[in-house]
Amino acid sequence: MTNSAAALPSWQPAALRRHPLVERYLPVAVIVAALIVVWYVAAILMNLSLVRDAFEREETAYTIGELISGTMSAERPLLPAPHQLLAAFLDSVFGYAPTAPRSLVFHSMVTLSATLFGFVLGAILGIGLALMIVHSRVLEKSLLPWIICSQMVPILALAPIFIVVLGAIGLQGLLPKSIISAYLCFFPITIGMVKGFTSPDIMQLELMRTWSATPRQVLWKLRWPAAVPYLFASLKVAITISLIGAIVAELPTGAEAGIGARLLAGSYYGQTIQLWSALLASAVMASGLIGLVGLAERGVARQMGTRP
Amino acid sequence: MASREPKLSIVSEPSASLRPESGDYPSTANVISMSNKDPAALPESSTKRLVVDASNISLSFETADGKVDALSNVSLQIADGEFVSFIGPSGCGKTTMLRVIADLQQPTSGNLLVNGMTAEQARLARSYGYVFQAPALFPWRTIEKNLKLPLEIMGFSETEQQQRAEKYLALVNLNGFERKYPWQLSGGMQQRVSIARALSFDPDLLLMDEPFGALDEIVRDHLNQQLLHLWGTTEKTVLFVTHSIPEAVFLSSKIVVMSPRPGRIIDIIECNFPRDRTLEIRETPEFLKIAHRVREGLRAGHAYDE
Repeated sequence: MTNSAAALPSWQPAALRRHPLVERYLPVAVIVAALIVVWYVAAILMNLSLVRDAFEREETAYTIGELISGTMSAERPLLPAPHQLLAAFLDSVFGYAPTAPRSLVFHSMVTLSATLFGFVLGAILGIGLALMIVHSRVLEKSLLPWIICSQMVPILALAPIFIVVLGAIGLQGLLPKSIISAYLCFFPITIGMVKGFTSPDIMQLELMRTWSATPRQVLWKLRWPAAVPYLFASLKVAITISLIGAIVAELPTGAEAGIGARLLAGSYYGQTIQLWSALLASAVMASGLIGLVGLAERGVARQMGTRP
Repeated sequence: MASREPKLSIVSEPSASLRPESGDYPSTANVISMSNKDPAALPESSTKRLVVDASNISLSFETADGKVDALSNVSLQIADGEFVSFIGPSGCGKTTMLRVIADLQQPTSGNLLVNGMTAEQARLARSYGYVFQAPALFPWRTIEKNLKLPLEIMGFSETEQQQRAEKYLALVNLNGFERKYPWQLSGGMQQRVSIARALSFDPDLLLMDEPFGALDEIVRDHLNQQLLHLWGTTEKTVLFVTHSIPEAVFLSSKIVVMSPRPGRIIDIIECNFPRDRTLEIRETPEFLKIAHRVREGLRAGHAYDE
């Protein structure tokens, strides 16, 4: 199979269909194509009245063809067409210097730094809490309800409070955003790691007991390595939540930079294309971050001799 | 549960009458009938050090169905260098007895000395190696690293760890598998690793809880021979829990037959085949006689069979 991946053997349809590259990417490509078609149809339907109103306001005659091409190139469409979005996205990514305030790269970096810092804080907090919960019944009973409560309060309500309180004690910029992001993302890590730390089976734990291992040895030689698969599963969830946390934290502060700020400005001024570009940027970032965690996971799994 | 109560008293009779019956084997000089409370019947233990000295061990716990007597007044003495098999039906307390000796469970009452210490002291002094029913290897460690795990925990030096890993892997014929991960080995090989791991820190006592229970007959025979060889070369004291009569008779120098509800010892059979026995002895009359006596004991203990 892998040998034939190098070159297309012939142009017979059957052989082409069985080609590994085709087999692998065809389903995805079909879905993407279908979505784009649906998107175009939706863009035409949603922007139609907008364009018609504009023609009628200017009292010019118009044809159906002009109407439809108008829906594809409106300046502030209800729903931008895919090619409009792509052009705006590419322009704002590559069209400006990465430090310019109009560059999407600049805004992404601002949000990304808060995301990563918050993710690290959240991971440390999450693992720390899981360790405490696993090692003490008292802490489990006293901490767990609060941990769950913390996630029931809507973050949109909490974020302004955090920012104001932290601002009052002189913390501004990156740190408050990171704290909000950490506040959101520690939870899946705690839950996952409690499960992971308690995943060794009784026999493995009893073996450690027969060797009279210290609690610390049990932690480092058994509980930690056993928890690694759970760690990566929860890190994948946590890193996207962390990104959402950072964006949400930018909304109530009237931040001048960051994906959240772009979203806010876009919706203030009806710049739907800018809004969608920012969304696309955050989606690209999220996939990239998950990809990185997945890459780290595969590396660690190889180190730990996991069955492929 | 309640319907079994009256039967219990009936069953205690054949088991009690088993000891006089053992006089039916006068021709077998190797078989010495003995009561564990009778010191005269322990010719060896008077000269050899006692590794396990248990008297009147009882262990009971409450379940939803009422009180369960996992062990009831179990007394047992095991001398240095013996190979003792515990055999009996499920729920007879053979595994519980092993776990009590290993300090993995605490008895409700009774006295127990392991290597002259309490069970807890013996565990803290790392007096025994324990082999479970499953290999329980750590999947993220190579075979060699698995073997070194107890050594790491006990603080052996790096060079000592390496030497011992090589020595004990060779002992169970697994040289060349150092860098493999557990999933790359068969079940029998994995269990051999776990035996090597239990031996690696050179404990006086080896506790084995149905170590070959999950393996097929051929592999089992093979491992039994290897275990006998190990016992012969290392001169450890081995306590071995099993379901299999041939396995028990083939391996042991002493067979403890146990019975459930309550878990108790109903017979202790000496079984002094030479240490370098081969699988062929399983065809000899002596072997069959001991196997027969074990089976009789087991049958007598089966209250709920009728």
